[in-house]
Amino acid sequence: MSDIVLKTENLTKRYGGVHALEGANFELRKGEHVAIMGDNGAGKSTFVRQITAVEQRTSGQIWFDGKEVNFNGPIEAREAGIETVFQNLALADDLDVPSNLFLGREKVLFNLGPFSILDRKYMRKATEAALVRTAVKIPNLSNTIRHMSGGQRQCVAIARTATFASKLIIMDEPTAALGVQETAQVENIIRTLKDNGEPLILISHNMRQVFDLCDRIVVFRRGRIVANLRKQDTDGQDIVSYITGAKTGEAELAA
Amino acid sequence: MAQTSHGVGGLTYDAKKRSWPAEFNVFLALVILVAIFEAIGRIFLGDSFLFNTRSDVAGIFNEARLQIIILQVSIVGIIAIGVTQVIISGGIDLSSGSIVGATAMIAMSFAQVATVNGNPNPKAMFLAQGLTDLPVIVPLLVAIGCGLLAGLVNGALIAYTRIPPFIATLGMMVTARGIAKWWSKGQPISFPTDSFAAIGKGLMPVIIFLSLAVLFQLIMTYTRYGKHCYAIGSNEDAARMSGIKIANHKILVYVIAGILAALAAVVLSSKNLTAQAGMGVMYELDAIAMAVIGGVSLSGGRGSIIGTVIGALIFGVIISGFTFLRLDAYYQEMVKGVIIVGAVVLDQWRQRLRALRA
Repeated sequence: MSDIVLKTENLTKRYGGVHALEGANFELRKGEHVAIMGDNGAGKSTFVRQITAVEQRTSGQIWFDGKEVNFNGPIEAREAGIETVFQNLALADDLDVPSNLFLGREKVLFNLGPFSILDRKYMRKATEAALVRTAVKIPNLSNTIRHMSGGQRQCVAIARTATFASKLIIMDEPTAALGVQETAQVENIIRTLKDNGEPLILISHNMRQVFDLCDRIVVFRRGRIVANLRKQDTDGQDIVSYITGAKTGEAELAA
Repeated sequence: MAQTSHGVGGLTYDAKKRSWPAEFNVFLALVILVAIFEAIGRIFLGDSFLFNTRSDVAGIFNEARLQIIILQVSIVGIIAIGVTQVIISGGIDLSSGSIVGATAMIAMSFAQVATVNGNPNPKAMFLAQGLTDLPVIVPLLVAIGCGLLAGLVNGALIAYTRIPPFIATLGMMVTARGIAKWWSKGQPISFPTDSFAAIGKGLMPVIIFLSLAVLFQLIMTYTRYGKHCYAIGSNEDAARMSGIKIANHKILVYVIAGILAALAAVVLSSKNLTAQAGMGVMYELDAIAMAVIGGVSLSGGRGSIIGTVIGALIFGVIISGFTFLRLDAYYQEMVKGVIIVGAVVLDQWRQRLRALRA
């Protein structure tokens, strides 16, 4: 029980009469990379939004890092150690890499309220360390994000999660908008995270990617978790039949 | 440096691939402009624009002209420092000219002498109440209060009602001009105390302008406030998701812009020894133009105070240059307009070029 990073029980979200998420029971262990798959509107993003408290759940419970949690918003979730790489990259185009990594949580030398003096040297050093840890290569740290390729931007977004002592990283389709080479770059970073033992939830439509990077696959369909399978116990055909509803019933992995 | 050779994707770090600061281009434009005036002067007038040609005055440069170039843009320059911060944060401030008018009237009415040539001051508003010959700190605080209040209203409207900054500050522009006229029922207010008159004397406006420019350049570069200005102007949603308190920041930005406009009003009314309801008309647009010429992007996120100061100097050189060439003031306005549009077009090209090279 102690090695469980995240656990949800009966997590439910309704928008009026629409049951976007219904009784989701989910577990994530230390160092584990779990993929979430499912059709559009199956409840994948809704599930993530409840965990990161971007939305407030209708009912159910969440345990994170050994304690039951009730985050009031995404900032509280982040402070607790849940880092999210959003689909629409939360980066400021006109800032350089260190400023983006530390956006909203700048390290200061002297605290003078809004006019606090920034510790630029520290932030630069920490950025370099984070880039080394995630094996991200950026041509020039002082360049603004605007002049970077989609892959580099995504790498910066991912490196941001590694800058702070995050306990859980959630990525929502991190390679959906990237080319082949850039996708390979991002996938390598995810492997580095795996080597470092950092737990990850990956939302993806890419079957090859999921089988390459994750230990376990959770399938959502119509707001419910319909399958929870270890990678070695299943294959692409099997997953697709759960996604499309050809196979039904909750498939539990033998623990 | 992070020469992380174990990286992937075939990207390499190249220290030489550093882009030069945008301010450098603006500075180059300033130098070219001065050179053009110098050349035209030498060829057609047999006189130098920049250098000292008189034997009875010492020095290499024509110091009187240099002083005028910067003096004539200092007051609008003070406003432009605030406007620059507003634009970098993704906003716009159309109210600064009217804030100058209203603040000049209100502050000046607390800076009056009791007697002029032995007679009671005919222009004193609060003579009967005994509010004359007050120490200079009183009108100064009154002015800062006016700017703070106007900025607070602007900022709160924009942050909480979510109306576009253009509309909120347009409303303030009209309202503040109304207040300026209503304050003394359209009458000018004159005869300030000596200490108030000292604020705008001689080169004081230049000193105040440059000190404030240095102060805010440092703030924009080295403080959390500055960083958040750029962050919000560049991607407000990202800034919000990162936990930056957008509403508080916006209010602070407009308050600072309001206070800077109020300080410009103090300097202006002190320099002119009078306050009139029509003061500062069109200053907001000149200030915006200075910022834009100086490389501040109207879509937010890019620019600097240094850029705006150079933009102000370009303004000053144009005005002085046209006077030097004995050309009508009408031409100044026309050329100013062309330069504003030209600066933005050039900046767009430069951005596209950089994106292609990256």
